[in-house]
Amino acid sequence: MIAEIGHFALVLALVLALLQSVVPLIGARKGDIHLMSVAGSTALAQFAFVATAFGALMTCYVQSDFSVLNVAENSHSAMPLIYRFTSVWGNHEGSMLLWVLILALFGALVALFGENIPAQLKANALAVQSWIATAFYLFILITSNPFLRLPDAPAEGRDLNPILQDLGLAIHPPLLYLGYVGFSITFSFAIAALIAGRIDAAWARWVRPWALAAWMFLTLGIAMGSYWAYYELGWGGWWFWDPVENASLLPWLAGTALLHSALVMEKREALKVWTILLAILTFSLSLIGTFLVRSGVLTSVHTFASDPTRGIFILAILVLFIGGSLALYAWRAPELKQGGLFAPISREGALVFNNLFLTTACATVFVGTLYPLMLEVLTGAKISVGAPFFNTTFGPLFLTLLLAVPFGPLLAWKRGDLLGAAQRLLAAAAVALLGVAAAFAFAGARSIFAPFAIGLALFVMAGAATDIFERSGFLRMPFKSVRSRLRGLPRSYFGTAVAHFGLGVTLLGIVCETNWGAERIVSLRPGETVAIRQYDFTFDDLVPRQGPNYSELMAHFTVRSGGRIIGTMQPAKRSFPSRQTATTEAALMNRGFSQLYLSLGDPNPDGSVTVRLYHKPLVLLIWLGAVVMVMGGALSLSDRRRRVGAPKPAKSPAKGALQAAE
Amino acid sequence: MRWMRLLVIALALGMCLGRSPAWAVQPDEMLSDPALEARARTLSRELRCMVCQNQSIDDSEAPLARDLRIIVRERLKAGDTDAQILQFVTSRYGEFVLLKPRFSWRTALLWLTPAILLVAGASGLALAARRRRAAAVEPVPLSRDEERRLQEIINR
Repeated sequence: MIAEIGHFALVLALVLALLQSVVPLIGARKGDIHLMSVAGSTALAQFAFVATAFGALMTCYVQSDFSVLNVAENSHSAMPLIYRFTSVWGNHEGSMLLWVLILALFGALVALFGENIPAQLKANALAVQSWIATAFYLFILITSNPFLRLPDAPAEGRDLNPILQDLGLAIHPPLLYLGYVGFSITFSFAIAALIAGRIDAAWARWVRPWALAAWMFLTLGIAMGSYWAYYELGWGGWWFWDPVENASLLPWLAGTALLHSALVMEKREALKVWTILLAILTFSLSLIGTFLVRSGVLTSVHTFASDPTRGIFILAILVLFIGGSLALYAWRAPELKQGGLFAPISREGALVFNNLFLTTACATVFVGTLYPLMLEVLTGAKISVGAPFFNTTFGPLFLTLLLAVPFGPLLAWKRGDLLGAAQRLLAAAAVALLGVAAAFAFAGARSIFAPFAIGLALFVMAGAATDIFERSGFLRMPFKSVRSRLRGLPRSYFGTAVAHFGLGVTLLGIVCETNWGAERIVSLRPGETVAIRQYDFTFDDLVPRQGPNYSELMAHFTVRSGGRIIGTMQPAKRSFPSRQTATTEAALMNRGFSQLYLSLGDPNPDGSVTVRLYHKPLVLLIWLGAVVMVMGGALSLSDRRRRVGAPKPAKSPAKGALQAAE
Repeated sequence: MRWMRLLVIALALGMCLGRSPAWAVQPDEMLSDPALEARARTLSRELRCMVCQNQSIDDSEAPLARDLRIIVRERLKAGDTDAQILQFVTSRYGEFVLLKPRFSWRTALLWLTPAILLVAGASGLALAARRRRAAAVEPVPLSRDEERRLQEIINR
């Protein structure tokens, strides 16, 4: 019964979406406020129905209702409760349902908090949002229905893939989808602007908070996924340039470019046409990310052919939305007026530089990911494009961009002073040089590149702090006035500084981990000790244990540093009888921002066991940097000046006053 | 999408090995000379495991990857240079085995994408900026008639 309720709710959501796809558009065209306001109610109702459907599926999972095909294939009655919740989206059908849930959530949020948005723009945007929703509801109902029943319910489910039975699954997919789908809002607003044929700085003002929120979720989602793979796969790698990873990086790169270009648009009315294009591209890449991965076309042309209904549906959606929106763009964009002149050396110029490099990096990853597929289809030749390619192409592009990051915020709008900015960055450059020297002193001249990369990371970090230091009058003024000046700075200044600082932090972690990490692979018998750097690991014993739905072999290691015991580490190998698969549970120990990492191989016939040990210096900074970036985003989002979409105090100024407030 | 990746890896491993997602290089394969071994690891990261999803032979547990790792190490012991080894492996297994494809007419577009885009983007921007500046800097001067009317309006 519950599954049927879910199914029915989804059908009702589809009907509402169809309504919302058409009625507000007619309203906007005729200027009929009643027709336009339909969108708000249907958006809220859509969310209620999709939430009902999602809740129904979740209930089926929690109750272990194996008469539902999706539950029988992906759950098990012995599975801990938390994984029964998360396995809802640990499969194709359920994750699509999560996707539309988040889509509906964003639609509802716009309906609730978008009271300052002009009625026509809002109606059009919500209609476009509903086009996307309609396509996805149809996709789910026709090809990927999670509510299908089995004629004979099995006594037991087939269990969730063991590698997904982890807290990472609870956090990573929802975050990632909040990011992907969040960009649907900017897309819908871009299309709405094209339909209306009118766009101005105010548009950027309404859209930027949504883009920023989506970007924050996507950043967290990618970082979380990276950390999850790092500890779950047991190889100690945190980025593999896998097509699936690239699929999430592409909208991030485009979305980051969008954030920066929308800034120019908001402040200076320039780059309008380009910003619209980026909004379209970012969501298009999100769609491609969601879908190409699912269709299997990235892994092999043959997987695609094996399930043609889904594949063709996916292709149709991609062609319709990406092709359609780009066609609309080509038709309408020339009518949009360009504004705001600026010199090449200016804040705008710096942001254009940022956009040039980000989009080039994005295109490089895109082409690299799809090239083998295209080449095979066109010529039959098979090549591989993997991590070494991306490191050689993406690396230099991004490093160049990072070098420019500290300059951007120091340049004035319209016409900047590059020499002046460079002078103001002298202190940051000094910090960087000290870092280079220290790195050479510590690590010797084995790697020339690494110390300079450290210098770059420090330059980015110190450069980010420079603007705040100067504006606050730090070291120049008494403490009291520094404090009041800091308080007077808008939060978005801190947001920029903190986010850029986070970039440096991540780079620092990456450079240290890849250049100065240590690794040992050894066979050990109980009682034996192995050393890595200053740490000694003694293999005490290997003990079999029983978990709720798995059995495991757990090894105990005593870790010493300079002869003193600093703790124990317990890596394990788990085997799951329901799926006859095994997972490696790596053991991690934090040493400041560095980590010790132990992962266990199979026991050998002679009683020894193969162990892989790593010392990963400053590895935690990679993900902490991402968290810092998100904190920067949050600061910027909390800036009062930017909360146009949020509820406002009672005496809220009219639209015109808002624009003038800047 | 990371969990999809985990799934794909789990499935691939399950299919081609029936073993756990452990890791690749085993102690018995490793060379005693640390410098040679380090070169072996670097080379292994450039070579693709033929039966896996986007995994280098350094990461893969497949028997075929192990064979390749051993071949690489044997060539290293025989005194080959890195380039010779890559050449040797490519001649046996084809271009597919290289994770960083060589530059050729087939891969030209792949390798040149960043450069083409940067150059095209930068020159496009320069052109647009010049055009806009030209349009902005040279406003059409007022005709004498317009001057007169303007004066009239001001004086009014």
